[in-house]
Amino acid sequence: MNLSWLMPESVSTFGPALDNLYYVILWITGIVFVVTEVVLVYFIIKYRHKEGRKATYIEGSSKAEWIWTSATAVIVMALAIYSKGIWDTIRHPDMFPENAYELNVTAKQYEWNAAYAGSDGQLGTSDDIVSRNQVHVPVDQPVIVNLQSEDVIHSFFLPQLRVKHDAVPGRVWPIWFEATQTGEFPLACAELCGLGHYRMGGTLIVHSKEDFDIWLSEMQIEAEDDE
Amino acid sequence: MFVLGKNEKLISVTLLATLVVVGCGGGDSSDSAGSSSAASEATVMENPVDPSTAGNISGSVAFEGSAPAMDAIDMSGEQVCADKHSTAPMLQTVVVNDNGTLSNVFVYVKEGSAIEGMQFPTPSAALLDQDGCVYTPHVMGVMVDQEITIRNSDGLLHNINASPTEQRGFNTSQPFNMETSQDFGTPEVMVPLRCDVHGWMTAFVGVVNHPYHSVSDGSGGFSLSTLPEGDYVVEAWHEQYGTQAQTVTVTAGGTTDITFTFSADMANAVVPMRTPIDPHDHPLVTDHQ
Amino acid sequence: MSSAISMGDSHSEDHHHLGFIRTYIFSTDHKMIAKQFLVTSLLFLAIGGILAAMIRWQLGFPGQPLPFNLGAILPNTMAPGGIILPEFYNSLVTMHATFMVFFALMPLMAGVFGNLLIPLQIGADDMAFPRLNMLSFWITPVAGAVMLASFFVEGGAAGAGWTSYAPLSTSGEWTGVYMGQILWLVSLIILGFSSITGALNYVTTVIAMRAPGMTWFRIPLATWSLFITAWLLLLAIPILTGGLILLLFDQTIGTAFFRPEGSGEPLMWQHIFWFFGHPEVYILILPAMGFVSEVIANRSRKPVFGYHSMVVALVAIAFLGWIVWGHHMFQSGMNPFLGMSFMATTVVIAVPSAIKTFNWLGTLWKGDIHFDTPLLHAVSFVALFVVGGLSGIFLASAPVDIYLHDTYFIVAHLHYVLVGGSLFGIFAGITFWYPKIFGRMMNETLGKIHWTVSFITYNLAFFPMHNLGVQGMMRRIYDPNQYEFLQSLQSTNTFISKSVFVFAGIQIIFAINFLWSMKKGKKSGDNPWDSNGLEWTCPSPPPHGNFAEVPIVYRGPYEYSHPDREQDFWPQDEAPVDDLDGPEYTDPNESTESNDE
Repeated sequence: MNLSWLMPESVSTFGPALDNLYYVILWITGIVFVVTEVVLVYFIIKYRHKEGRKATYIEGSSKAEWIWTSATAVIVMALAIYSKGIWDTIRHPDMFPENAYELNVTAKQYEWNAAYAGSDGQLGTSDDIVSRNQVHVPVDQPVIVNLQSEDVIHSFFLPQLRVKHDAVPGRVWPIWFEATQTGEFPLACAELCGLGHYRMGGTLIVHSKEDFDIWLSEMQIEAEDDE
Repeated sequence: MFVLGKNEKLISVTLLATLVVVGCGGGDSSDSAGSSSAASEATVMENPVDPSTAGNISGSVAFEGSAPAMDAIDMSGEQVCADKHSTAPMLQTVVVNDNGTLSNVFVYVKEGSAIEGMQFPTPSAALLDQDGCVYTPHVMGVMVDQEITIRNSDGLLHNINASPTEQRGFNTSQPFNMETSQDFGTPEVMVPLRCDVHGWMTAFVGVVNHPYHSVSDGSGGFSLSTLPEGDYVVEAWHEQYGTQAQTVTVTAGGTTDITFTFSADMANAVVPMRTPIDPHDHPLVTDHQ
Repeated sequence: MSSAISMGDSHSEDHHHLGFIRTYIFSTDHKMIAKQFLVTSLLFLAIGGILAAMIRWQLGFPGQPLPFNLGAILPNTMAPGGIILPEFYNSLVTMHATFMVFFALMPLMAGVFGNLLIPLQIGADDMAFPRLNMLSFWITPVAGAVMLASFFVEGGAAGAGWTSYAPLSTSGEWTGVYMGQILWLVSLIILGFSSITGALNYVTTVIAMRAPGMTWFRIPLATWSLFITAWLLLLAIPILTGGLILLLFDQTIGTAFFRPEGSGEPLMWQHIFWFFGHPEVYILILPAMGFVSEVIANRSRKPVFGYHSMVVALVAIAFLGWIVWGHHMFQSGMNPFLGMSFMATTVVIAVPSAIKTFNWLGTLWKGDIHFDTPLLHAVSFVALFVVGGLSGIFLASAPVDIYLHDTYFIVAHLHYVLVGGSLFGIFAGITFWYPKIFGRMMNETLGKIHWTVSFITYNLAFFPMHNLGVQGMMRRIYDPNQYEFLQSLQSTNTFISKSVFVFAGIQIIFAINFLWSMKKGKKSGDNPWDSNGLEWTCPSPPPHGNFAEVPIVYRGPYEYSHPDREQDFWPQDEAPVDDLDGPEYTDPNESTESNDE
């Protein structure tokens, strides 16, 4: 049994920051959890019914109420502010990296189709290169993915890159990430999309920059041969 | 075992009765939803055609012009299927045979007063196999109410999504090696089938209410046998090149030869099939009942 | 109002004169309606549980035929050879949640306890609108029948999730489910009227029918929480119903409110659904908080610590519940600034939740704690609600939610709130008020066996789901092994499934205890728990009309172990010794204290 609370290894630039936030919350909630449960168990054991002892008549304490109200408020607001910075890095349109490599990912029941600019360097033209269930990206370079869907809502989930966003039909949602390691990483659908949802998986293939260029030009040549 | 109070018992009985009524009511509809029992009834039916007065039609489908190059299917995301093919599998939209004929053309009797109103026995089940992430056959014909045994030989998830326009479609899955039975109750040429898990997988089923249908084979040939003598309109359907019809006269004991010719120029033909494969262009379907 | 008045008159008659059908079937007596709700919703709870067990079978033993030859009774469209198909799995997931949320938990909270407790705790003879109340119950089996019928139609039951996200839910083209989805929508539209009529009754009754002296801050917390819940129902259900009707139009007559082809907007459905859906979450948990406060105070023989803060926290949670819906949609696509706003409002909910938790601990502190079954369930509620609340903080943090959204971490979180919280709260409520409903005590030994096994197996089943989520396992997937990175989780999934089977199985002990005690349980008397509330001053079970004479309320509901008294409880209607000449009469309608949000 795998009962680990550790996040799987992250391979994106914002992964470590997001993981740190997760561990901070894990520590805070872990401590609160242990303290609360220990106090609860201690109270019910210590104050269990004994003959001849009467409960102490206490209606409350506004001092105690103030302490735990403000302590909770301070902790959660601090977490919210901490979260905001990371959220903005990942999602704020002004913080999207420049010089990013751009590609389209179009989801359909039950496939991910990634489209890359063909030899004309433009996305959305007829010479686009399409790969099914395989998303190829270069390492150490920001990538912008324009997420779309042809039919129902799907969710583009790259666990090890800490990326997840819904692909909504009728809309284009750009998201970005930057992989820090080459290799193959799982791609999954995280939003129920029908009977094939459980197997709408794919692979993110992170190439070195050189390999990526080679792969792309090979695909371009192949596409031209077909015509 | 446990005795309920009077009032509790009454409440429970009322509620259970409600559930039972619902359950039974629903049970009936589930029977009708199951596979049709027409096949078993039909086995006792006699073929109404007297062989002594019947003739045959046979022929082939020729192809003119240069055969279009089909794209290779990229099965790299589905290793189990890729391993089943020694050479890269191609899309089957246009399959031109070595002898210059065209495969996968559905040929059937469209009109014929001699067979109008005739009741034919329903043949035994037709097989549609999914092997190596392609449908075998790619085009098939069946009779109304004839069972289609859909087989998954790949051991991985396929779904069979039928989108006819004349009747209710179905969308069922086969997550492992198994067989499912389906049938169509209304004639329709053609019913498209697709697998959404493997976008390249498409098949077409022609549903007619008589046994006079055929699909051109690897040498372009087809045959329609034991037709009562008379005049018929025979139509040929191809998923890319549209339809053609010929009037054919069948004489008792004779075999009439016909040839259909499709050419590469017909690539933009209107294919009579009101439900296109692309879900985007779907017409609004309002009569689900 | 005329119906209320005429029913009020009939209360003076002996209820046996009403005849069999009016007494047991089409009853207008709030206690009979509560019992009817209790029996139906426990049946629906069992159905939901069976569906859950089938889900867990597939996850624990993927691709293996169902045990006990269950496959033989399921048609090939669901489970050929006993092996569950993916589309049937989706129906199971959808219908499990639908039955549990709409047909088990909601009626158990509002239908059962709203009906039972509100009139009894405020000293009223019945609901304000008894006939409307009867209607509210009888709508439920109709809606339930429609929902159950959907399993038997062509294409099977709805399979787009209980959230029915558009456009998956807008057409059978995407799911193969045509009629099932329509029946799902129709059933919930019908059911909405049950909630609305019920809620209308609860709100009116609490506002207008309190006994003399029952000021707002003498109302027991159970009734307070049900009153707040009724407001949520009254305001949230019409929103759902409106959304369901639009979705039904998309399904049946080809409109495009939520379908992108034809300029509809799928995200609009999510906004409507969760604008209802988040208040709905509090509809499912607030009443349990009320029951637990009641049980903990009584069984610790102490006043509720910070009664006023408890009320304020209830109102605050109910209010905040309206402005946090966007946190369900962090990854659906929204302006990141809007996402931040929803994150801020969401974390604030931790504050009233913490207030409640610490006040429960404060109530136990220096108490005289009696370990009866109701207390065990109530304390479990606190222990488990803490887990559900804390895991909520992970999900409230939008960046962490990027990773955890739609994983088993969510499944763990919501089951800690809705099973660990709501269901244990309901067990606390049922075991505590059982003697008032049936006049007999539940068997304490069976009760403790049920609690012990439930509590342990519950945690064994649901706690490891957090870990599955952290490892990245998505929710609503039929077979995680299709993903290589999830294959190592199979042993955890199998363990969880086994624990769920024991948890589900032990509920039979509860059912046995529930039925056996009705006839054979120890006679309880009027006030078996030495409680202060007005409901304990009338006979068990209370007769038609409840109180022989209108009770007069002199004090709050939690005057336990008062230092001036020999006895450790002080009923709300007991006249003060120094005030025998007559009570200080307070007209509840002239109360100046603030009430609702």
